[in-house]
Amino acid sequence: MGGVLDINPDAGGHWGRYGGRYVPETLMAPLEELTEAFDAARDDESFRGEFESLLRDYSGRPTPLFYAARLTERAGGARLYLKREDLSHTGSHKINNALGQVLLARRMGKGRVIAETGAGQHGVATATVCALFGLKCVVYMGSEDVRRQRLNVFRMRLLGAEVREVDAGQRTLKDAINEALRDWVTNVADTYYLLGSALGPHPYPLMVREFQSVIGREARAQFLEREARLPDALVACVGGGSNSIGLFHPFLADAGVRMVGVEAGGTGAELGLHAARFNRTGGGRPGVLQGTMSYVLQDERGQIASTHSVSAGLDYPSIGPEHAFLHDEGRVEYVSASDEEALEAFRLTSQLEGIIPALESAHAVAHALKLAGEMKRGEALVVNLSGRGDKDVQTVAERAGEELA
Amino acid sequence: MSRAGGASAGRIGEAFRKLEGAGRRGFIPFITAGDPDLRTTRALLVELARAGATLIELGVPFSDPVADGPVIQRASERALRQNVGLADVLETLADARRDTDVPVILFSYFNPLLQFGVERLAEESARAGVDGILATDLVPEESAEFNAVLTRRGLDQIFLVAPTTSDARLRLVAERASGFVYAVSRAGVTGARTDLSSEAARLVGRVRGVTRLPVAVGFGISRPEHVAEVWHYADAAVVGSALVAEIEEHAGRPDLVARVGQFARSLLPN
Repeated sequence: MGGVLDINPDAGGHWGRYGGRYVPETLMAPLEELTEAFDAARDDESFRGEFESLLRDYSGRPTPLFYAARLTERAGGARLYLKREDLSHTGSHKINNALGQVLLARRMGKGRVIAETGAGQHGVATATVCALFGLKCVVYMGSEDVRRQRLNVFRMRLLGAEVREVDAGQRTLKDAINEALRDWVTNVADTYYLLGSALGPHPYPLMVREFQSVIGREARAQFLEREARLPDALVACVGGGSNSIGLFHPFLADAGVRMVGVEAGGTGAELGLHAARFNRTGGGRPGVLQGTMSYVLQDERGQIASTHSVSAGLDYPSIGPEHAFLHDEGRVEYVSASDEEALEAFRLTSQLEGIIPALESAHAVAHALKLAGEMKRGEALVVNLSGRGDKDVQTVAERAGEELA
Repeated sequence: MSRAGGASAGRIGEAFRKLEGAGRRGFIPFITAGDPDLRTTRALLVELARAGATLIELGVPFSDPVADGPVIQRASERALRQNVGLADVLETLADARRDTDVPVILFSYFNPLLQFGVERLAEESARAGVDGILATDLVPEESAEFNAVLTRRGLDQIFLVAPTTSDARLRLVAERASGFVYAVSRAGVTGARTDLSSEAARLVGRVRGVTRLPVAVGFGISRPEHVAEVWHYADAAVVGSALVAEIEEHAGRPDLVARVGQFARSLLPN
């Protein structure tokens, strides 16, 4: 790689050809308003102070960096560390971004917050911060995901949020985002759209990355303290790409650190059976979906393809635009783990470490086990354990043919 | 302040000049191509022209129409179930051109256009008799190259403006637009409403401050009294969801085309 990679987007939110704003005209004004508010907040000591104190006192940061001795032994190569985002309040990294954005919503004087959710983790995080600040909260969720993630639906309602089921398209995350966008375009004046991943029109991909980068900053400092050097590799799962960009970003300038994003390989390489956007033969190529230019799983006519993953949080046909850029630049490698591999990693992490990971995060563990086995014993890698798996117990039980009462 | 945008050289400009000369206002129906099937679409183009359409917006179906309400979403789904793509839409229009010269614009989301190839789109659209293109999620900040390619083929660039559009961005749209400007009557997705918002008239006034191009108003127009109201301050009224709902209701009946034509005529105040 020649020279230093420019890791910041231009003023219009473009990383190379990716990103930007591809939205109905009505949303341009609120996006400009949001960009201004975000830019001002970033430079504001009091905003940063409030964000950091909430991360510490409310969410429980910093999250630990845990040496996974038995997974390391199993892999038989590099030492494996887990960044324990699963120990965050509400059970995943999603709370980092939700806290940052809810503070922005307050600064902007918006009294109503809307969000989309796939696995339910972002919906729960958003419902939580809205409860904390007394804001009205509406969460859109595909009806297929409502079925898969009943526990999280109940949690959101318990927190006072209204969960609206979306019965369109494939009834998953993509359709929930469509419906949230339609709500926003209709209620722009008083509504804040709290988007949960590093997706969508500018400034969301940049803003979500900034709020999630605490993961990588902590991991870098924690690793340096333990090993007095940087890790050799980082591994994270990539749905929209917020936990992965959060881990990767503070390391992008460290040329010696290899980074691997793990997409959902589903049940096969054919279009429709997976959610691996960088699988070119499987239908992934540059396109525009939901406000941004990135890699998109689509048919030859530009219709968005259906996707499959055992994990609702990775079951999405596009990917954050910064990942598209990092992919083309060759800075980050992208691979996939199948449903079966993820389920096996789910079981292994539970039984060898006493940690039940989210099925999303289990994709990262699955690849990390392979990668660690190929690396030298003196080397080390960090896996982002982005969430905990309590929400997935039902899915895993169903697949094992067990009925939970 | 200078006003950008001049008369369009093509059929769209001619249609609006003719209206203006006659002291009349325009009517712009929207239909989704392939709803319920392409043969009906061809017949509807001809029938709507006969019913008095100034120009017709032909919707290109897309799997994820975020700017549309449920009625047009369902129309898109019906068309996609029959696998209708952009090439089919253009072929249908080219065939209809044997029977009508009404101006037609493609109304699409950007991704199907992008995947078709922008150069190919310009070339094949011009050949099929398309007069202009509106990509709902392609704002001027992202559209420079797209506009340049289409303009070279003589296709008009239609942009949306909304009540939330700032004055600075109205000027940006005015610099880039040709044919006419499409003013969205209110914040929201497409779909019929009982009342029109008062924001629309204000917006049209602001647009007139930055361009000489004709201004059409759409979103929420479903009744003759809405059309009459819009005609007080704008050059044309767009009717989409109400017409598409009529198509949905009568799909499969042998007199579908005649009924839709009749409905279109009923929207025009005498």
